[in-house]
Amino acid sequence: MAFISRGFRGKRRDTASGSRVPPGQHVVDDFPVLSAGPTPRVPLSEWSFSIVGELDEPKTWTWDEFRRLPSETVSVDIHCVTKWSKLDTSWTGVSVETILEGVETAADYAVAYCDGGYTTNLPVDDLRGRQAWIAFEYDGQPLDPEHGGPARLLVPHLYLWKSAKWVRGISLQAEDEPGFWESNGYHNRGDPWREQRYWGD
Amino acid sequence: MRQSDLKLDGNAIAGLLREIFTMEMTNAETTCAGCGKVHAVGRVDVYLNAPGVVVRCPACEQVLMRIVRGRGRYWIDLTGTRCLEFKE
Amino acid sequence: MARAAVLGRLTWQLGEVAELIQETPRVSSLVLDVPDWPGHLAGQHVDVRLTAEDGYQAQRSYSIASAPESAQVTLTVERLPDGEVSPYLVGELRTGEKVELRGPIGGYFVWRAGEERPLLLIGGGSGIVPLMAMIRHHAATAAAAPVRLLYSSRSIEDVIYKDELARLTADDTGLAVAHTLTRSQPAGWEGYSRRIDGEMVAEVAWPKKDAPAVFICGPTAFVETASSLLVESGYDPAWIRTERFGATGG
Repeated sequence: MAFISRGFRGKRRDTASGSRVPPGQHVVDDFPVLSAGPTPRVPLSEWSFSIVGELDEPKTWTWDEFRRLPSETVSVDIHCVTKWSKLDTSWTGVSVETILEGVETAADYAVAYCDGGYTTNLPVDDLRGRQAWIAFEYDGQPLDPEHGGPARLLVPHLYLWKSAKWVRGISLQAEDEPGFWESNGYHNRGDPWREQRYWGD
Repeated sequence: MRQSDLKLDGNAIAGLLREIFTMEMTNAETTCAGCGKVHAVGRVDVYLNAPGVVVRCPACEQVLMRIVRGRGRYWIDLTGTRCLEFKE
Repeated sequence: MARAAVLGRLTWQLGEVAELIQETPRVSSLVLDVPDWPGHLAGQHVDVRLTAEDGYQAQRSYSIASAPESAQVTLTVERLPDGEVSPYLVGELRTGEKVELRGPIGGYFVWRAGEERPLLLIGGGSGIVPLMAMIRHHAATAAAAPVRLLYSSRSIEDVIYKDELARLTADDTGLAVAHTLTRSQPAGWEGYSRRIDGEMVAEVAWPKKDAPAVFICGPTAFVETASSLLVESGYDPAWIRTERFGATGG
């Protein structure tokens, strides 16, 4: 084993929150910013969100149209594969169920695509039924660009890499298509309760 | 912390690259598969604050490399690097 | 020895703290005895790893501040307020205790005394550390290349190695130092009093015709600004080597 540094504890890590904290996670008070590249900056006048792929007619919303959709504020726990969890986080967004209303599709799979080129894949079932939102506010404030603003996907029941920042649309597909991290070692589904972090987990 | 503080350079992954390539790699030169520009690894843009390491071309920002490490394995994607050149 | 420094096996070793030197209110140097240290080049760094009793580990990179000529390995560490590793190294770790490290690491951001071109060093904050290894190496070898350092700090209290830099300048080792203090200056201050800009760089940098070797180190924004200013002034980008420090983790 590595040399133990006398008195070293690391950042205060609360692992005592019991059933709300998935295996291998610890609770943090701050909101770490993770970034795979430069922060995209899109003026709202140029922003749009689309549903494309295996459906009769692609749908697109401008920012104003998107903000007129019914939205809700939810309090959820979020879990990052880098082992931090944050409890009772407050987000306001449009549920993906609302976005998919009236969309006829036989697609089983989805890929969320984003400004900056990031992608992540999920089964369509993981997006339905109030499990996922397109979130535009965090803690009552417009979502900061460093946390994915103007809008990000929020899928709290999976590891946070699935909650794609700077989301611009969802592609509905018959075939699964591993995204940015899923194609490079990270688990295809990413269920924190089954500790599905890497390929083969 | 300013956003720019999250962008480092190849020097920050010199140790990691040494683990993988078993030699010092910061003087190696990458040719970007996107724009074709050549940069020393010590000079490329590196994002460490992520589930994995993302290396990007300083000229066009396209991904040069992705490196993930976990459960005793490395996953390395070099498809964004058309060519990697280094001395014996 | 120099070749071994870039190809040596990268294994974790233990260094023992021989001395702790407080450089500024937030910055201290750790002078380490590292048995079997293979030697290093000026500009290289080490990775330091801390392990808690429950197995939790944190790892960070720190530039080596000591010259290759020194028998001991000195790291100069800034204690970051939200840091995880730096508050341990600067504040908790005691003389006689050990710390786990591996290195030396790096090959791009390295200066060797045999290099004949004039040397321009530009450092921001703790970015001075690898540049100081180069300056110490230059002094220890009585290297012929003349050196100019432009060093940006917030205030006089934050200037690391202030006395040593003054002594080396006075001792006619071929080193000239220009300081800029960006937030506050002491009474009677005669150095620069602002963030680096084109005018400052033009006054301090070697003329283009000298084709100098340039090393810039510090926070990313500082490094990008300094590098752009030099290139705008006509420097060949190929002369310039940079190392970005982040505030990530700490």
